[in-house]
Amino acid sequence: MFLWFYKFGSPPHFYRIASKWIPRLTVLFLVLVVTGLYGGLVLAPPDYQQGDSYRIIFIHVPAAWMSLFIYVAMAFCGIVVIVWRMKLAEVVLICSAPIGASFTFLALATGSIWGKPMWGTWWVWDARLTSELILLFLYLGVIGLHNAIEDKRVAARAVAILAIVGVVNVPIIHYSVEWWNSLHQGATIMKFDRPSIHWSMLIPLLLMALAFQVYYVLTLFQSCRGELLKRERNSKWVTELNGGDDV
Amino acid sequence: MSEFFAMGGYAAFVWSSYGLAVIVLWLNWYLPRRTHQQVLSQLKRRHSKQSNLDRN
Repeated sequence: MFLWFYKFGSPPHFYRIASKWIPRLTVLFLVLVVTGLYGGLVLAPPDYQQGDSYRIIFIHVPAAWMSLFIYVAMAFCGIVVIVWRMKLAEVVLICSAPIGASFTFLALATGSIWGKPMWGTWWVWDARLTSELILLFLYLGVIGLHNAIEDKRVAARAVAILAIVGVVNVPIIHYSVEWWNSLHQGATIMKFDRPSIHWSMLIPLLLMALAFQVYYVLTLFQSCRGELLKRERNSKWVTELNGGDDV
Repeated sequence: MSEFFAMGGYAAFVWSSYGLAVIVLWLNWYLPRRTHQQVLSQLKRRHSKQSNLDRN
């Protein structure tokens, strides 16, 4: 187990694995998106209260889940960075931040577009929306802090601390609809009871959630490859990667 | 078909959400890809310079 961890954590090994999996994950992502959208936009019936406007859910909810998931993943990487000083964890941590910020932005923006016809307003300063906005600022803080520090090894440790501290916001976002009065509806899936959503809507929603999950890994691999090459440009494996042609 | 695009009168809201998602996802796919290719070609240039120096 530790041997595997050590091997997977070595940059050249990770680079090879990522290069191999990017095309496969792209295909899987496209299949999931096409079936998910077909189920969500064509097969699923309109909602009895919201009509067709509810179809924003197939973007909004998976994006919001990913915004939380990626932050937790970053905090986990932060612990690995602080405790083991693992280079790969530093790269994964910093490469996750823009993807997480994008999903957070997407969740906020689609929520706003959905809020206008349903609640009659683009925005309210209530607990769910405000805590999600804070999450966006946390992501932007991670990116800004990383850019501000010249030495990338030092930057990674600073960013790791921010990621770990900021993770307290994640349960606040999840339970905000229960702890405070909110315009935002309560959970319909992530609860201990049975999900209160019909399967014809639930299945495409889960497909889209899975698609976004695959997309995260895919784009993460993609940006980790570039970042690893940049950081390791003087190491032997990178020169070997390029030097094949004229040796 | 036109009924499908009308989205029961919510077309503007539904399709702007999906359009936004396409833009954001595409950017996240494209930008890291471009960076990776830029780094690769930089490394290649540096490497060929280096091997020319070695030869002379």
